[in-house]
Amino acid sequence: MGATSNATAAQTSLPVEPDAGTRRLNTAKALQEAIGSQMEQDDSVFVMGEDVAAYGGIFSSTTGLLEKFGPDRVIDTPISESAFIGLGIGAAVEGMRPIVELMFVDFFGVCMDQIYNHMAKIHFESGGNVRVPMVLMAAVGGGYSDGAQHSQTLWGTFAHLPGMKLVVPSNPYDAKGLMTAAIRSDDPVVYMFHKGVMGLAWMAKNKRSIGAVPEEDYVVPIGRAKVVREGTDVSIVTLSLSVHHSLDVAEKLAGEGISVEVLDLRSLVPLDREAVIATAAKTGRVVVVDEDYESFGLSGEIAATITEHDPTLLRHFSRVCVPDVPIPYARELEYAVLPTAARIEAAIRTAVTA
Amino acid sequence: MRMETTEAVTGLRTEQRLGLLRQMILIRTFEEAILREYHADKSPGFDIGKGLVPGEMHLSAGQEPVAAGLCAHLETGDALTATHRPHHLAIAKGMDLRSLAGEIFGRESGLGHGRGGHMHLFDPSIHFSCSGIVAEGFPAALGQAFAFQRAGTNSVAAAVAGEGAANAGPFHESLNLAALWKLPVIFVIEDNDWGISVARDASTAVPSNAVRAAGYGMPGIRVEGNDVEAVHAAAGEAVARARAGGGPSLIEVHTLRLWGHFEGDAQGYRPELAGVPDKDPIPAYRQQLGDAGLLSDADAAAMEGEARTRVEDAVEHAKASPTPNPAEALKYVFVEGE
Repeated sequence: MGATSNATAAQTSLPVEPDAGTRRLNTAKALQEAIGSQMEQDDSVFVMGEDVAAYGGIFSSTTGLLEKFGPDRVIDTPISESAFIGLGIGAAVEGMRPIVELMFVDFFGVCMDQIYNHMAKIHFESGGNVRVPMVLMAAVGGGYSDGAQHSQTLWGTFAHLPGMKLVVPSNPYDAKGLMTAAIRSDDPVVYMFHKGVMGLAWMAKNKRSIGAVPEEDYVVPIGRAKVVREGTDVSIVTLSLSVHHSLDVAEKLAGEGISVEVLDLRSLVPLDREAVIATAAKTGRVVVVDEDYESFGLSGEIAATITEHDPTLLRHFSRVCVPDVPIPYARELEYAVLPTAARIEAAIRTAVTA
Repeated sequence: MRMETTEAVTGLRTEQRLGLLRQMILIRTFEEAILREYHADKSPGFDIGKGLVPGEMHLSAGQEPVAAGLCAHLETGDALTATHRPHHLAIAKGMDLRSLAGEIFGRESGLGHGRGGHMHLFDPSIHFSCSGIVAEGFPAALGQAFAFQRAGTNSVAAAVAGEGAANAGPFHESLNLAALWKLPVIFVIEDNDWGISVARDASTAVPSNAVRAAGYGMPGIRVEGNDVEAVHAAAGEAVARARAGGGPSLIEVHTLRLWGHFEGDAQGYRPELAGVPDKDPIPAYRQQLGDAGLLSDADAAAMEGEARTRVEDAVEHAKASPTPNPAEALKYVFVEGE
């Protein structure tokens, strides 16, 4: 084991959040482009997982990569998550840069020991002597009746466990920039993409799944949130597909004179606490919109972040999350528990009265 | 390895053979009805979340011989754990078709009142369950077998999963534990050649999972040809051994995924796709019984008609059943009153 063999490539500085330009891609294509570009430049980068090769990833995260890079670098695995995620860790400590896909984040249950006891702890336990420059990529989220074992987000669970960075892009631009940053990071990075932001042809369409993406390489720094809509009355602190719904609500309520600020966290680890505090200080009313389970998670962390900084900042705090129930199958039930635009709007209307 | 296909070897009575065909026809009729309903209202384009039956749909067409051959030996009190592709096993185990269809349609009348969906069917009246997570049905079957053993019954537990599951840790852990404690379990691997898009020879180091049984000290057999009578024979031996206290067995059946991994799967990765319909086990078995003089065209038509009546009744019942009340979305997380 040694230091990463591709330190030079990893340290090449890239533009940070450059102008988006005019070329438009969906999120899946932006993600594929980031992986492909890094694979071209760095032979130590490879992709591994279930159905990532000929199929191109069940949610199109790896489409076209097999054709371009061949089966030695785009590798289908058996359904043996502990083995192949552990393999990724071992390859990473020897200096490779694996991108390992866990098809649905819900499947973490069969392989979490490799993730949280090994991938996340080796750098610490080795006193900084061993690096694990690996990306663990997983599809998250519900909204299409895939039931309780295929619809969760679970980012709060991962973020709770120290030692792995965690990014959650909501749009094509961030998807490319965060994947590029993740591959080049010398830390393990968990990269979660919501199926509903990928722009897949076989799911409900969302206009924000397609957006401007620079052709050149660039990074979105891990750990930096972004105000995606400025506002003065209420702040929505959110991430992933919920950003889309929040922006829809903000646009609608602007017509009634309610000014909503939307903060897209983009990274959970590290969390951009300054950005959270700044928006809370600006509006004094915070609504967290989170597709993860409500209790013991991200939404509580946001409240703690603000109140530990200054308990007098908030006039209002509320959360629109999945109440503590497994995601139901029947559409009527699933949409009763997801953070829908209707629930977000109701929360904003309550918040502005505070 | 062993191939048993003749009546002389299997020793099946005519009524048993007709029963196997009847079961397979019922399953196929059900799957064809769900296929029709699933795709009926997803256009324009294909939106997986739309329609009366939304979500992922994994249908079992082509794998009927496994269900019919195995479940012919299972009693109501025996347990069966299945996978994300569970309908054939549920039906053959004796699940009420209305309850099954109700769950697939996400209605209050469904087994799980619409909470579970088609990958999460739980029917305690026939000790049936399934899981959407690969290989996770094996450990549960151990526990059910353990409970039967402790209760002093001769009930058994069967655990069915695909060949992809045989590369997952729980499979290997479960085989060892079942053999160690002589649990009355029948492990059944449905080798349909494909783990979604990954071919069997790209995922598995040995040509037959049956050989893995030896590593855990239990008998293993691979049944070739998707042959319902050969499955019946192998399962009969394994179930009898388990009931008699002889411990677990492993059976691998080389079966067929007639359709996609899920509905909407274009299967571009599958080079043999054009030849797949010719391997359909049901016309072949029907022909076999016809050639043996056991079944006329009128008999076969009557079986199909009876199946259609039962299946359409279940589908109509599901469609007419109320959708769950969104105000009750938080119900069933815990036992009420606890």
